[in-house]
Amino acid sequence: MKIHEYQGKEIFRRFGMPTPRGIPAFSVDEAVAAAKQLGGKAWVVKAQIHAGGRGKGGGVKVAKSLDEVKKLSSQILGMQLKTHQTGPGGQKVRRLLIEEGADIKKELYVGMVVDRGTQKVALMASSEGGMDIEEVAAHAPEKIHKVFIDPVAGLSDKDATDVARKIGLPESAVGEAAEIFRKLYQCFWDTDASLAEINPLILTGGGKVVVLDSKMNFDSNALFRHEDIVALRDMDEEDPLEIEASKYDLNYISLDGRIGCMVNGAGLAMATMDTIKLFGGSPANFLDVGGGATAEKVTAAFKIMLSNPKVKAIMVNIFGGIMKCDTIATGVVAAAREVKLSVPLVVRMKGTNEDLGRKILKDSGLPIISADNMADAAKKVVASLRKKKKTVKKKARPARKKAPARRKKK
Amino acid sequence: MSILIDKHTRVVTQGITGKTGMFHTQTSRAYAGGKDAFVAGVNPKKAGENFEGIPIFGTVKEAKEEAGVNTSVIYVPPPFAAAAIWEAVEADLDLVICITEGIPVRDMIEVRDRMRKQKRRTLLVGPNCPGVITPGEIKIGIMPGHIHKPGRVGVVSRSGTLTYEAVGQLTELGIGQSSAVGIGGDPVNGMKHVDVMRLFNDDPGTDAVIMIGEIGGSDEEDAARWVKANMRKPVVGFIAGVTAPPGKRMGHAGAIISGGKGTAQEKLAVMESCGIKVTRNPAEMGRLLKSVLK
Repeated sequence: MKIHEYQGKEIFRRFGMPTPRGIPAFSVDEAVAAAKQLGGKAWVVKAQIHAGGRGKGGGVKVAKSLDEVKKLSSQILGMQLKTHQTGPGGQKVRRLLIEEGADIKKELYVGMVVDRGTQKVALMASSEGGMDIEEVAAHAPEKIHKVFIDPVAGLSDKDATDVARKIGLPESAVGEAAEIFRKLYQCFWDTDASLAEINPLILTGGGKVVVLDSKMNFDSNALFRHEDIVALRDMDEEDPLEIEASKYDLNYISLDGRIGCMVNGAGLAMATMDTIKLFGGSPANFLDVGGGATAEKVTAAFKIMLSNPKVKAIMVNIFGGIMKCDTIATGVVAAAREVKLSVPLVVRMKGTNEDLGRKILKDSGLPIISADNMADAAKKVVASLRKKKKTVKKKARPARKKAPARRKKK
Repeated sequence: MSILIDKHTRVVTQGITGKTGMFHTQTSRAYAGGKDAFVAGVNPKKAGENFEGIPIFGTVKEAKEEAGVNTSVIYVPPPFAAAAIWEAVEADLDLVICITEGIPVRDMIEVRDRMRKQKRRTLLVGPNCPGVITPGEIKIGIMPGHIHKPGRVGVVSRSGTLTYEAVGQLTELGIGQSSAVGIGGDPVNGMKHVDVMRLFNDDPGTDAVIMIGEIGGSDEEDAARWVKANMRKPVVGFIAGVTAPPGKRMGHAGAIISGGKGTAQEKLAVMESCGIKVTRNPAEMGRLLKSVLK
């Protein structure tokens, strides 16, 4: 689960980390009031969306007067902020953070993640703050310093101090930075975070170390013990289809293609998407229906897939192990009827009672196309898009030259 | 022959009285030699009772002492599952297979750390995995037994249904399996691809291995490098998630491309460079394996 910068900073402050003073604002009036309350001569108006790269996208601006706070806030609030993490459509800005200006002398990077190899939390820090850390990792990996933290002992003073020195802080600021690293680790651990990033951590003109940004993600498996964090969830930042899917315990992720796919199991679902791509199609979503694909769940899955207007065909791929194919077939037929399915549907089922399942599909009278294996299913669903017409003949037709041209128009 | 489990394995089910635990204990017990293998359950509140004739003990330690179990399978709900793993490790069992999905990563970091620091010999498979099966002998987990066939090909995978897919293809081609191991889709887990590969390499009953991976982490790359240096048997592979976008978690907590790392392309490239034949078509896993058999 992701949260906003201002929420992350509130958590940081709770752990005793120094941040600029700031107030969240949901309207231009609130923004101006916030600036007044903060006082001073300069304020930073920061768009609050869950994606990174906000500064580059024009979502972070400095105001030198209250008038400017008003002007910039009205520009940023409501804008579609596009960053490398939002996708081409951008993300609508609904919240702002108004913060006192900071006197930046040096920008640093600090991050924490779970390292799978060592099975420990890793502290990463770099002198190259304010930049895209992925680029630093790619071009100057020697500038990223890592420490793997013992889960019982925590981050030691020595390790924290070492890292603070390595990223080029003056000796007078090393102690302060080390303290921030240690607090960040405590925060990461206590909140069951999966990612904590400060980019940048700054050294001020006065020699202080201050947390200027905050990015935190949390382990969704641990949210049951963090009601306070669950309360920070902002549904506006999430895909409505993904929210709808989660109500039915479906694991759904929107993609850009035209073929909806419904699969049981995450690995098989990814493999199904890959197969569609391999045979020239493009998946419209990832959808794992999980272990119990009941008629209710399958119907919900169909509705969710079809509410994406780009979906022009559906492929169902189920390996019925414990779950029986006839049960799944019944669910698919019921769902297709209920949603009055109008796009081609290709079904591949494997496992217990496979033949019975196929018979149910066939006897339903619905134009469901059966497939023998996942490659066959992928080929058929891709072909169904090319045909477009109702005549679902199985014969290979050489005269299909026109179709690709028509497809391009889309 | 096989790895990890065989007809002599004796199993205690932790979480035997829950819905999932009950159901899968029934199906596992009904498979091959399961009747002799599933000899104990654990539930501190129901010690002294039994589940369909399987005695329930208060602790894993008691189950070991009284029923002689050497392996545990865990269906305990996520908030308590890490503690259940530790209980089985402390009882010094040979193997713990944790099926439970949704365990907090922090809990797994703690239990894995304790296992390492105390130099525990117990092997852990999972969590969030389908389990382990040695076809014709014993099935411990949630996989459908009937799609398997006894034989000499090893299967190791992070994903459940994709493992079934590979097994199903092999069986259809008349190729049996020595053992199939689902290591699970979580970021912090027990045995990794490379650990399972070592066992298959040493198993005289295994001639070749299918290694199935997915996006996220670098376990597949580690295993591939080990294969290049040490493996005496052919390995073929598939990686799911070529089409997965970065930053999106594809179902499994561990299946996420982050910081440009863990892409399927990268994994496939390393595997190929290490002499592992790979396919980009998951419907071809079985046939690819067949092509490398002597």
